[in-house]
Amino acid sequence: MLDLSPDEWIAIRLSLKIAFVATAVALPFGIALAWLLARKNFWGKTLLDGLVHMPLVLPPVVTGYLLLISFGRRGPIGAFLADHFGIVFSFRWTGAALSCGVMGFPLLVRPIRLAIEAIDRKLEDAATTLGADRLWVFLTVTLPLAMPGLIAGMVLCFAKALGEFGATITFVSNIPGETQTISAAIYTLTQVPGGDAAASRLVLVAIAISLAALVVAEWLARRAGTRFHGE
Amino acid sequence: MSMLAVEVEKRLGNFSLAARFETAGGVTALFGASGAGKTTLVNMIAGLIVPNRGRIRLDDDVLFDSGARIDVPAHRRRIGYVFQEGRLFPHLSVAANLDYGRRMCGLARDGAEMARIVNLLDIGHLLDRRPGKLSGGERQRVAVGRALLMRPRLLLLDEPLASLDGARKREILPYLERLRAEVPMVYVSHHAGELKRIATSVVLLDAGRVAATGGIEVLDKATAELMA
Repeated sequence: MLDLSPDEWIAIRLSLKIAFVATAVALPFGIALAWLLARKNFWGKTLLDGLVHMPLVLPPVVTGYLLLISFGRRGPIGAFLADHFGIVFSFRWTGAALSCGVMGFPLLVRPIRLAIEAIDRKLEDAATTLGADRLWVFLTVTLPLAMPGLIAGMVLCFAKALGEFGATITFVSNIPGETQTISAAIYTLTQVPGGDAAASRLVLVAIAISLAALVVAEWLARRAGTRFHGE
Repeated sequence: MSMLAVEVEKRLGNFSLAARFETAGGVTALFGASGAGKTTLVNMIAGLIVPNRGRIRLDDDVLFDSGARIDVPAHRRRIGYVFQEGRLFPHLSVAANLDYGRRMCGLARDGAEMARIVNLLDIGHLLDRRPGKLSGGERQRVAVGRALLMRPRLLLLDEPLASLDGARKREILPYLERLRAEVPMVYVSHHAGELKRIATSVVLLDAGRVAATGGIEVLDKATAELMA
């Protein structure tokens, strides 16, 4: 039954690529923001926190539309990036990765923030007395201790990116081979007569990928956990 | 010249600390009841708490001077600190914990020194373990080794035996006595018996003020007054 057509393979590969790139690019920003929200008090913190969570509560179509008018070819940010760095988002897979990254961002930030908040700061003080400056404390103590949160955040972000539909299709449309992910392909197949068999195949693939991501996450989290408590 | 000279003032909520003392080296006991400000004082020497006013000098180095706006950050003070709860890094093996200070201070790897300290503290059989698997006594010995291996100019010990039961305390004290030849120490405790075995001079702290300084006879006088 899982005799996938070349077009279906393209959609699968594209989905994985977009989800990986979205998660990888979002990660450093997510860590920085999680640290900022966990550790610093500053003017506008509540506003920033709300902004990060917006994609979670806004209709995805609204997020997609906002991306379109700001990161589109004639949007202020999109035009700037295209003119100065040659980075184009509109109707490209990069745009799909951007919208997936934005949609997954709150899911990425939250577990990392909670993990950082849970760290005993006395351990960081101990590292300081042993000669570590703030950057080394962060790299050798804070980040490793926050690893379970990092893994959880990355998996949630990846899963969200893999399944994202509304914002992506609004921002970069549904172009086979460029922006058509598994979700968009399934949607398209349900709109044409005789597309049921292909749609079912992609549905199974989507389930398999999601399960695999969960298993890998569980395994990684266990490893990180036993590193603290086991030998 | 004295080795360590401290003259600091600090307000923390309702508590105010104004302490002044100098030590010539050896093991300086910082003695007093809980809440006398002992930990606050060593935290200021370590650079973890900033005094409101005052001066802290170690040998020829001014670590803190509010008048001259000098405040050497904690990571550049080279002062070892053994905390009450050990504070070993749970994600690192005992060996990596021991090596942490050397790496962060940018010191060359020195296998002989590592072996010597490991030997001194009898922790060779623990090197591959995680801190989570250590007993309280083992944990504190590793914490002492970790602080020594950064080659500190001064070692601060804040109630290093407080979390241990009587038998464990007797197990660790001989190791701490061996350290006297290694490095000058400031040893915080509210336990006079412990201090008598290890201290060479005493600073008695009471409600944020230095009540007395001198040799270990200060301990006897202070405990006698507590009993009276």
